[in-house]
Amino acid sequence: MSLQSFAPALPEIFVLAMVSLILVVDAALDDSKRHVTYALSLATLAGAAFLTLRDLSSAPSVVLNGLFIDDPLSDVLKLFVYLSTAAVMVYARAYLKARNLYRGEFFVLALFALLGMMVMVSASHFLSLYLGLELLSLSLYAMVALQRDSAVATEAAMKYFVLGALASGMLLYGMSMVYGVTGSLALGEIAQLLADGTDLRLPLVFGLVFVVAGLAFKLGAVPFHMWVPDVYHGAPTAMTVFIGSAPKIAAFGFVVRILGQGLESQVAEWRDMLVVLAVLSMAIGNIAAIAQSNIKRMFAYSTISHMGFMLLGILAGTQSGYGSAMFYVLVYALMSLGGFGMILLLSRAGFEADRLDDFRGLNRRSPWLAFVMLLLMFSMAGIPPTVGFYAKLSVLQAVIELGYVWLAVVAVLLSLIGAFYYLRVVKLMYFDTPHDTQPVAAGADARILVSANGLAILALGILPQPLMALCAHAIGASL
Amino acid sequence: MTYTTAIFYFFSAILVFAGLRVITARNPVYAALYLVLAFFTAAGLWMLLEAEFLAIVLVLVYVGAVMVLFLFVVMMLDINLDRLREGFWKYLPLAGLVSVLLMIEMALILGGRYFGLEVMGTPSPQPADYSNTRALGRLLYTDYVYAFELAAVILLVAIVAAIALALRRRKDSKFIDPAEQVKVKRDERLRIVKMAPVKREEWGARGEESKP
Repeated sequence: MSLQSFAPALPEIFVLAMVSLILVVDAALDDSKRHVTYALSLATLAGAAFLTLRDLSSAPSVVLNGLFIDDPLSDVLKLFVYLSTAAVMVYARAYLKARNLYRGEFFVLALFALLGMMVMVSASHFLSLYLGLELLSLSLYAMVALQRDSAVATEAAMKYFVLGALASGMLLYGMSMVYGVTGSLALGEIAQLLADGTDLRLPLVFGLVFVVAGLAFKLGAVPFHMWVPDVYHGAPTAMTVFIGSAPKIAAFGFVVRILGQGLESQVAEWRDMLVVLAVLSMAIGNIAAIAQSNIKRMFAYSTISHMGFMLLGILAGTQSGYGSAMFYVLVYALMSLGGFGMILLLSRAGFEADRLDDFRGLNRRSPWLAFVMLLLMFSMAGIPPTVGFYAKLSVLQAVIELGYVWLAVVAVLLSLIGAFYYLRVVKLMYFDTPHDTQPVAAGADARILVSANGLAILALGILPQPLMALCAHAIGASL
Repeated sequence: MTYTTAIFYFFSAILVFAGLRVITARNPVYAALYLVLAFFTAAGLWMLLEAEFLAIVLVLVYVGAVMVLFLFVVMMLDINLDRLREGFWKYLPLAGLVSVLLMIEMALILGGRYFGLEVMGTPSPQPADYSNTRALGRLLYTDYVYAFELAAVILLVAIVAAIALALRRRKDSKFIDPAEQVKVKRDERLRIVKMAPVKREEWGARGEESKP
């Protein structure tokens, strides 16, 4: 193995080196100089983005003895992961400061989680996939628990940890079955061996069930969704925005690597499982969200339904299906960032704007923020001309191409139900009188970012083609 | 039945028994000790599989270090057993039913049919000079060096998380910071107060006034 073979992993190596540096630098800093950590973290993200952009790959190359793959899919996903992590840091800064959480650990753990996500999206081996997932999960558990004096946050971290460990166990058991059948852990080899057919069908499907259950747990798809509302609600909002954005992109990469790349030949088996998961997720997510009065919980249920929608694209099992699912998840991350970012923006020291009532009459307090929130809500509901419409449309197209028209009809009906609670937020903002009359105390950086976020949703809605083409290209050149 | 098969069944029986006792023992110290037994027996099984290095590491690391630490923790914590076991009997029938069904279903599918010796073939024993420590080391530091490094990073995250969650500077605790003591200046310890001189008679008069 020459030094040359490490080159595709340069962004990962850079991020790891920078986290170690930040860890040391931060230990020597006063509380008043914490902005150095913040700047270094953003610089790390910029550097990693530069390194990834510098050698964009046009074809997959597997290095590091088959554990690491560098292909357009991983490059694109990584770039969006950097982007959302950076946005989370900017959004969260004021919130963390007001709650005495503005400490080096937040940034260090977020960067470790970023490293885990990078490993996940460019893994071509069950070992590296699993290790990346654990790196991400472990960092997230700790981040949720970081607010030690909050009983809710600690409880959320505990639930997340226990259920996450259970899910990892299932995933590993399923992987071990696949290993037993194929005798290999490398995704490429598994795909080749299974393409020829195997006489060990039963244990293979048995393992597949466990793998899919583990994946569904991590995605938060029904019936493995029980942790999502509690964790989203209990965690400090700065952590929720992180959990709700970048890891979803990584989870998409994870699922596509395992199901689309390794177990591609078994598509007939896992498609049926995903159909059940998708329909249940869309139904329970959308219906339960109506009953919520806490907006973080509402977003949690909406996440469940969005994950169901994304699964629609994956279960198609075609290039266009994966492409549309990728488009969906990137758009979802953008909307989720904006939605939670808005909660962070409206919160201030000693006050959490996490109830629906806190959004009452937002138009009178700040018309611009209310308009941005309107865009976000329209996009989540899938109303044109926002990008959420095209995300849903492309996923539905993939399902219809497959011949599952009934599934598309069910999805449309359920998203109509979902539109109710998104539009309720709009109604509260524009037609009700505010309870909270204090001016919005958000910094300029967060305001600019949330505006850019909302306008990006509108702009992508008017011109969705470039991003769609990017997704289609990444999938087409990688799978 | 050959000698090794007999040993295998002997170890397996002990392992299953110890595993059951870990979750049924009333006293957590006993449970931890049964876990030690389970690790020890599993090490024996690995020895049978010719994985000597792993067997020794299991005993050294898990039995020697981890479990001793675990025992310390169990003994130091004041665990209320009755509260911990409140729901045990209530949930036992349902949980038992589910797990027994799950076990039967898994046994039906897996059994010996797919991964048994007839399918996979008997592994041939390694030659006497074969060192699986060397083989493992070579694999870890060459083929799987990426995974190895990732595992190291995960451990680093665990350290960071543990410190972030457990280290607390309590404001009300009294402690001495030697650095502060050394850096102290005269002005911070000693204050010279200038007072106007007072005559003795006046002092006496004041004293009279203050008497009740």
